[in-house]
Amino acid sequence: MAKKLITVNVNGKAQEKAVEPRTLLIHFLREELNLTGAHIGCETSHCGACTVDIDGQSVKSCTHLAVQCDGSEVLTVEGLANKGVLHAVQEGFYKEHGLQCGFCTPGMLMRAYRFLQENPNPSEDEIRHGMAGNLCRCTGYQNIVKAVQYAAKKLQEPVTA
Amino acid sequence: MNAPVQTAEARELALAGMGVSRLRKEDARFIQGKGNYVDDIKMPGMLHMDIVRSPIAHGRIVRINKEKALAIPGVHAVLTADDLKPLKLHWMPTLAGDVAAVLADQKVHFQMQEVAIVIADDRYIAADAVEAVEVEYDELPVVLDPYAALLPDAPVLRDDLAGKTSGAHGPREHHNHIFTWDAGDKAAADAAFDNAAVKVSQHMYYPRVHPCPLETCGCVASFDPIKGELTTFITSQAPHVVRTVVSMLSGIPESKVRIVSPDIGGGFGNKVGIYPGYVCAIVSSIVLGRPVKWVEDRIENISSTAFARDYHMDGEIAATADGKITGLRVNVIADHGAFDACADPTKFPAGMFHIVSGSYDIPAAHCSVKGVYTNKAPGGVAYRCSFRVTEAVYLVERMVDVLAQKLNMDKAEIRAKNFIKKEQFPYTSAFGFEFDSGDYQTALDKVLHAVDYKGLRAEQAARRADPNSPTLMGIGLVTFTEVVGAGPSKMCDILGVGMFDSCEIRIHPTGSAIARMGTITQGQGHQTTYAQIIATELGIPSEVIQVEEGDTSTAPYGLGTYGSRSTPVAGAAIALAARKIHAKARKIAAHMLEVNENDLDWEVDRFKVKGDDAKFKTMAEVAWQAYHQPPAGLEPGLEAVHYYDPPNFTFPFGIYLCVVDIDRATGETKIRRFYALDDCGTRINPMIIEGQIHGGLTEGFAVAMGQQMPFDAQGNLLGNTLMDYFLPTFVETPHWETDHTVTPSPHHPLGAKGVAESPHVGSIPTFTSAMVDAFAHLGMTHMDMPHNAFRVWKQLKAHGVNL
Repeated sequence: MAKKLITVNVNGKAQEKAVEPRTLLIHFLREELNLTGAHIGCETSHCGACTVDIDGQSVKSCTHLAVQCDGSEVLTVEGLANKGVLHAVQEGFYKEHGLQCGFCTPGMLMRAYRFLQENPNPSEDEIRHGMAGNLCRCTGYQNIVKAVQYAAKKLQEPVTA
Repeated sequence: MNAPVQTAEARELALAGMGVSRLRKEDARFIQGKGNYVDDIKMPGMLHMDIVRSPIAHGRIVRINKEKALAIPGVHAVLTADDLKPLKLHWMPTLAGDVAAVLADQKVHFQMQEVAIVIADDRYIAADAVEAVEVEYDELPVVLDPYAALLPDAPVLRDDLAGKTSGAHGPREHHNHIFTWDAGDKAAADAAFDNAAVKVSQHMYYPRVHPCPLETCGCVASFDPIKGELTTFITSQAPHVVRTVVSMLSGIPESKVRIVSPDIGGGFGNKVGIYPGYVCAIVSSIVLGRPVKWVEDRIENISSTAFARDYHMDGEIAATADGKITGLRVNVIADHGAFDACADPTKFPAGMFHIVSGSYDIPAAHCSVKGVYTNKAPGGVAYRCSFRVTEAVYLVERMVDVLAQKLNMDKAEIRAKNFIKKEQFPYTSAFGFEFDSGDYQTALDKVLHAVDYKGLRAEQAARRADPNSPTLMGIGLVTFTEVVGAGPSKMCDILGVGMFDSCEIRIHPTGSAIARMGTITQGQGHQTTYAQIIATELGIPSEVIQVEEGDTSTAPYGLGTYGSRSTPVAGAAIALAARKIHAKARKIAAHMLEVNENDLDWEVDRFKVKGDDAKFKTMAEVAWQAYHQPPAGLEPGLEAVHYYDPPNFTFPFGIYLCVVDIDRATGETKIRRFYALDDCGTRINPMIIEGQIHGGLTEGFAVAMGQQMPFDAQGNLLGNTLMDYFLPTFVETPHWETDHTVTPSPHHPLGAKGVAESPHVGSIPTFTSAMVDAFAHLGMTHMDMPHNAFRVWKQLKAHGVNL
C-alpha cells in the first residue's frame, strides 16, 4: 500500500515518517516510535487505554489515523515527566495507589493531565464524569479519584522558584 | 562497624515490613509508560499471527480455500487442522481431562471457534489475509440450552466422543453429558428433608459472564532451530504449568522451554487456560523458525477465551419452625460449552462448589453438579474467585434469604442463628471442609452497628408505607465464607502436579536480597507485599528486596496466581524460606559474637546477646560474614528455597451490606451505600488489601448489575464488544466503605488467608439480596441477574409498582 509522509511532533521531538494511510495512531506510536506506554484494550474507543493528547485534546488513538496527526503535537505518557521529575498526576497515582495492573494507567494519566487543565479544581462528581471515558478493571476508581484530587491540589500549589 | 544506634521502633519503621501501607515498588514503571506487557515485546524478524474464526455455532467444514490469502504479499503461511494433524497438534488436552480442538477438525462447535491461522509480516497484512481465507460450512442444528442438550434426541455435539461411555470424571449418561459430580451425604440430606418442619426451594440462573481484563490474551513465541530452544512470552497466570504442557505437547524437553509471563494487564481467571492461539503461535514459530506474535482483539477475547459461571442451580433448605437450618440440597446443570476446558483442580470438576454450606452450621447437605456440552465457547474459569466458590456463595446466601422471607425473620437474625460459632473452629462442614478459623458474629455486629441497621429498616418501613415514594428501598446482607489457597497436594493437583508454591531467597553480601517466586502478579502488588514479608522475617528493608516472578528459567516451579492462592500458599513459602535463612544467620551471628545460639535474641533487624544491648550483629553484617568468612562447618552464602504444600485451605470471610434505591419510573438503581467488612486474617499491606477490595467489589457490581453473554437462537453471541458488554465506568461505580476484623489462620505461618476475590464473591449476592429486598414486601423471593434497568423495570411493572 502506498505510504504517505507525515511529520508529527511527539513528546517535543519532530518525527518524519512514511506511513500507510490506514495505520492507526496507536500502532504508529507503539510500533514505529516504540512508545509502548499507550495500550490497546478494545479497538472501539470505549476503554481509553490508548488515550494520548493531541493539540490540547484527549484523543483515543486506537480509532485515530496516524495521517490525521500530520503537523500535530502529540503528547504521550512517556513525555509526561519533565527531566526526570514526575508530573503531579503521576505522583498522585503513585501516592494514592491509583493503579494495580498498570494497563489502563498511561491512558488514565493522559486523560487526568488534560482534564485538570479543563477543570483545575474539580469536585469528585466532576472527576468521575470527566474521566468516564477511561475504564479500569482493577481499582474500582476510588483511588484514581483520590489520585486526581491529589494532583489537582499539587498543581494549585505556588511554584517555588 | 555497627550502624548508629536507633530505637527498635525506628528500625522497624525503616524496614517497611508487614502491616505497613507502604507504597508499591512496581509503580515507577507503570506511571512512566515503561511497563512490559506481551504486546510491547518486539523481536527481530517477528511475524504476526491472526485467526480465521467460525461465523456459525455448529456445522461441518466443507472446504477451506487458502489460495487468495497466500497470494497476498507478506503472507507466510495459512494453516488449518489438516496441517497440524501430522504433528498431532490439531487437538489438545484440556485441564479438565477433555480434549479441545486447536483448529476446528472437520466441524465447528461454537461461533468464533478457531478454524485457520495466517502468519504475515505485520498485523494489518494478517488481518487482510484472514478476510481472504474462504471457508464453506454445512450448518448443523445449534444447541444452546443445556437442558435441551440432554434430551434423548438432542443433536450430537461431539462426534469425536462417539461411543465413549465414560469421561475423566466418571460415566457419561448421554452424548452431550460430560460428568456428574456429587459431594456430601445424600441419604442424610434426604432424611433432614423428610423430617423438616419448613422447606423452601428456589431455582436460579447464574449467567454466563466473562472476566474481561483490560489486556486481552496473547503471546510471542520464538523457537531457535539451532539450539532447539523455545521461548514464549505469554499472558499467563500460571507460566510453569504452561511450560509443562508445552513440553508434553511439543516433545521439546522441559529444560529447553522457557515461558515468561511479563507484566500482565489483569487476569481475573481469563489467563489461566491454555488457548488454541498460544499453541498455534508456538507451532508457527517452530514451523517458520521465526518469532511469531499473536494478540487477541477484544471481540475474540470475549467470544472465545474463558467465560465464567453459566450455572443453572436449584437449591433447597430444610429448617425448624424457628429458623434453624437442618438440611441443604443443591442440583446444578453446568453449561460447559463445546469442550470441557474448566480450570479446576483435577479431582474437582465443579471446583470448590461444595463450600455451598457457607458460614452456617448445617448438619446434613448434598450437592450434585452435572456438566453438559452446548454450542458455546469452552471455559468455566474462576472469574476473580476460587473455583466455583462464587456460584456456591451466591446459592447459599440467596437460599438463606428465601428461608428468612418464608419464616418472616430478619436476614441478620436468621444468619446469626445458623452461624458456625467461634468456639466451633476448627469446624468440619457437612461437605468435609475443615474451616480453619472464624468469628462471624463479632463481624456481623460491627457491620450492623456501623450502618445503623435498625435505622435503615425503620426508614424502609416508612418508605413502603408511603405510596408516593419515588423509589423502592432495598437492604442486602451477606455473611459469606470463601475457601481459597488451593491447595493441599493430597487433594489438589493440575495435570498431576500438586498445588504447592515456592520461593527462593538469596541474601547478597552487602545485605540486600532477591526473591524468586512460582506465582505471577497481575496487579496484586506481589513485588511489594512479598518484599514486606521478607523485610519483617529477616530485618532487611523492603526497599532493597527485589521480587522476580514469571520467568520459568529463573523462578522455582509454582502453580501460579489465581484462586486467591498467592498469599496463602506462596506467602507461606516466603516465610518458611526466610526462616531457613534466619536459622543459618543465627548460627553465623553466634559465631561472630562468640556466644551460644541460645544466648541470642532477635530484634527487628539484628541478633542481640541476651542481657547486653551493646553486643549485636545486624542481618547485613551476618550476610557479609556468610560470604566473607563463614564459621567452620557452614557452607558459604545465605540463601534458601522452600516449596510449601499447604496442610489445608484457608477460609476468609466477610460481612457485606448494601442499600439500594430503585427508581420506580425507570428501573434504574442507585447504590446508596455499600459497606464491606473483610476478614482475611493477618494483613500484610492494608493499602493494597483495600485496593484489592475496591476492585473486587467493582467487578462484583459489574456482574450483578449488568454483565451477561446473551446468545440468539443461532448461537450468535450478542454482546462481545465493550459497546455491549458491561464494564462499569467511574460514573456508575459506587463509593465503597471498607472495614475489617482480623482472625488469623491457625495453620498458616503468617496467619494470612488471602483477600482479593472475597469482594467479588461476597458482593454479587449482596446486590441481589438488596434488589430482591426492595420487592420483598410484594412477595418476591428471588430475581436473576443482571439487575439492569430494563429487567428491573419489567419487575416493577409485573408487581404493579411502576410509576
